[in-house]
Amino acid sequence: MSTTMPQPVKKTIEIDSHTINFGPQHPAAHGVLRLILEMDGEVIERADPHIGLLHRGTEKLIEYKSYMQAVPYFDRLDYVSPMACEHAFALATEKLLGITAPDRAQWIRVIFAELTRVLNHLLSVSSFALDCGALTPGLWGYEEREKLLIFHEAASGARFHSNYFRPGGVSKDLPAGMEEELAAWCESFPKFVDDVEHLLTGNRIWKQRVVDIGIISAADALAWGFSGPNLRASGVAWDLRRAQPYDKYAEVEFDIPVGKNGDCYDRYLIRMAEMRESVKIVQQALKKIKPGPIKIQDRKFTPPTRAEMKHSMEALIHHFKLYTEGYHVPAGATYTVVEAPKGEFGVYLVADGTNRPYRCKIRATGFSHLQTLDKLAKGHMLADAVAIIGSLDIVFGEIDR
Amino acid sequence: MNSLETFLFTTDLGIVILTILKSLALIVPLLIGVAYLTLAERKVLGAIQLRKGPNVVGPFGLWQPFADAIKMLMKETIIPAGANRALFVLAPLLTFGLAVTAWAVIPVSNHWAIANINVGILYIFAISSLGVYGIIIAGWASNSKYAFLGAMRSAAQMVSYEVSMGFVIVTVIMCVGSQNLNDIVLAQRHIWFAIPLFPMFIIFFISGLAETNRAPFDLAEGDTEIVAGFFVEYSAMSFALFFLGEYANMILISATTTVLFLGGWLSPLPFIPFTWIPGVFWFVFKIFVCLFVFIWVRGTLPRYRYDQIMALGWKVFLPISLVWLVMTAGFLEIFGMLPHA
Repeated sequence: MSTTMPQPVKKTIEIDSHTINFGPQHPAAHGVLRLILEMDGEVIERADPHIGLLHRGTEKLIEYKSYMQAVPYFDRLDYVSPMACEHAFALATEKLLGITAPDRAQWIRVIFAELTRVLNHLLSVSSFALDCGALTPGLWGYEEREKLLIFHEAASGARFHSNYFRPGGVSKDLPAGMEEELAAWCESFPKFVDDVEHLLTGNRIWKQRVVDIGIISAADALAWGFSGPNLRASGVAWDLRRAQPYDKYAEVEFDIPVGKNGDCYDRYLIRMAEMRESVKIVQQALKKIKPGPIKIQDRKFTPPTRAEMKHSMEALIHHFKLYTEGYHVPAGATYTVVEAPKGEFGVYLVADGTNRPYRCKIRATGFSHLQTLDKLAKGHMLADAVAIIGSLDIVFGEIDR
Repeated sequence: MNSLETFLFTTDLGIVILTILKSLALIVPLLIGVAYLTLAERKVLGAIQLRKGPNVVGPFGLWQPFADAIKMLMKETIIPAGANRALFVLAPLLTFGLAVTAWAVIPVSNHWAIANINVGILYIFAISSLGVYGIIIAGWASNSKYAFLGAMRSAAQMVSYEVSMGFVIVTVIMCVGSQNLNDIVLAQRHIWFAIPLFPMFIIFFISGLAETNRAPFDLAEGDTEIVAGFFVEYSAMSFALFFLGEYANMILISATTTVLFLGGWLSPLPFIPFTWIPGVFWFVFKIFVCLFVFIWVRGTLPRYRYDQIMALGWKVFLPISLVWLVMTAGFLEIFGMLPHA
């Protein structure tokens, strides 16, 4: 109001929503989510997720790498479940090459894909709980993850970026004694799941925080491109391991947990149940796995052993060709999907007959989940938005690529 | 009486010096207690979460609080450009100052209080209510949206829980017939109020959690929602003062719970080997037990949502405490047990 002209002024009060910048340096932003929230007090009127802060041009980079060199890029997509991403690429390349991995390699992949699922769900559930203020499950989860990462390290040599699933098999065989250790882990792990369930599942505060929050119906979930645990939480029993089995998934028995309400609580319960199912799959795989080769026995795709190279000129040439030029993939295109822990992870691979992919489009699971954030969070409170982000299990490595 | 005692107990200057000495005798152990409470919290949480907690600085990490203090003192105090400088600096001082001031009336043992005033319980209630000002001022002066949201949440929460806390206190006062904390403790010679007034004891303790912004009511800080809430813009010693204030308040609420419900300095079993142990020990021991529960709760429960805290305060605690108040009054009246009837 002006002080020099004391006139009666018409007072209009505009109640404006205020915006807050949620992230990218927010503790609950799960990486680098930048969320613009338009709020009415504590209630969210509009949630606008911004992506791209972790864009590294992975798809383009892969076009300039040989097929073998492309594998490590997949570790860095969904860095919480690296082997699941490699799996999709390995299967896609195998399909274009018209080869299949040997039985043992396929079983190893099944085992590690399921360990990866547990690895992912452990982080997902525990960080979800942490987002809702429950500190302890988070640290318990890290303790269990550590055991799994030791398996990762023993098999592949790396804890995260394992570069283990290769087109034509896996890079190394399981170290001696690992099958027994895995079996022992399968015995002890369900106890841990029980402990976490004891802390959370029946906890009244936890239920108040997550039940009926961020509901999405089955029809909406399908329309928005949901997949994986988030889709199953809405009541759609869709699991690619069952729908179009790859590797040895046709030979194992497991249940597909399905939710009813499609809220944060169901998404949490599905993940807890899936961890138990994964343990069952690993146990079956450990029973069925037999000694044998772990890479396709074709020197055009698999490098020869060091010893062989010492006396065979042909082996030396193969080695040289594979590590300089790589293999040529016949022209063709494939869209190959795997049931990654977060949902349908797909690789659309176009080969033009050279040693490099012509195009590699990656279908990130988290992208379609993230896009519903506005729909899910609207009308809820700020604390619920945090719970919703936690329950959707978003990782920016794959969304931004 | 020798000359020193005459000086201390009769002259004005002597009384001032004596009060300062008494205050120091309380505040210094209190501050050490606060420092080691931070360590205890990290150790207990560590045990709950299958970790070790601080174990590098000194034996069992015992020097950790001093390392933290030195770090905090050495850091730069950053005042944001948009902040109201005076209020921004005042807020942490206020929070910490009030947290310490309330201790003036707490009887550590029989008649061991700096000020054994007749309205001790009202004094504590008043001082702890003022604590909300520190938070609101901090949230407003920071000129930050997160801080402001935190301040709003905190204000609403503390006001709601003080209502039911008030009723709990009235019930206790009714049973004792005095607002003097010393009398309240002595009234529990035969039975601690925690037993006959059990629901009120629980309500008081949970309201205490809310009053001190502790988990599961820590949404004023809400580190995964509003980052650190009202003190998101604070750094160095001004941050440390908030931190110290929070922990001093935790000890204060534990002490108040002890005085009101757990028989203060009285020994749990009123016969020989237990009564030999000085009252101060029992008092501190009971505070420890309460503080352990504070930390235990933090390690176990998720955080409430803003509206759920309000619902719990107004729709659950307020009716229960009101009903129990009326029932207690009726019971005392019918059986002629009112203290001054």
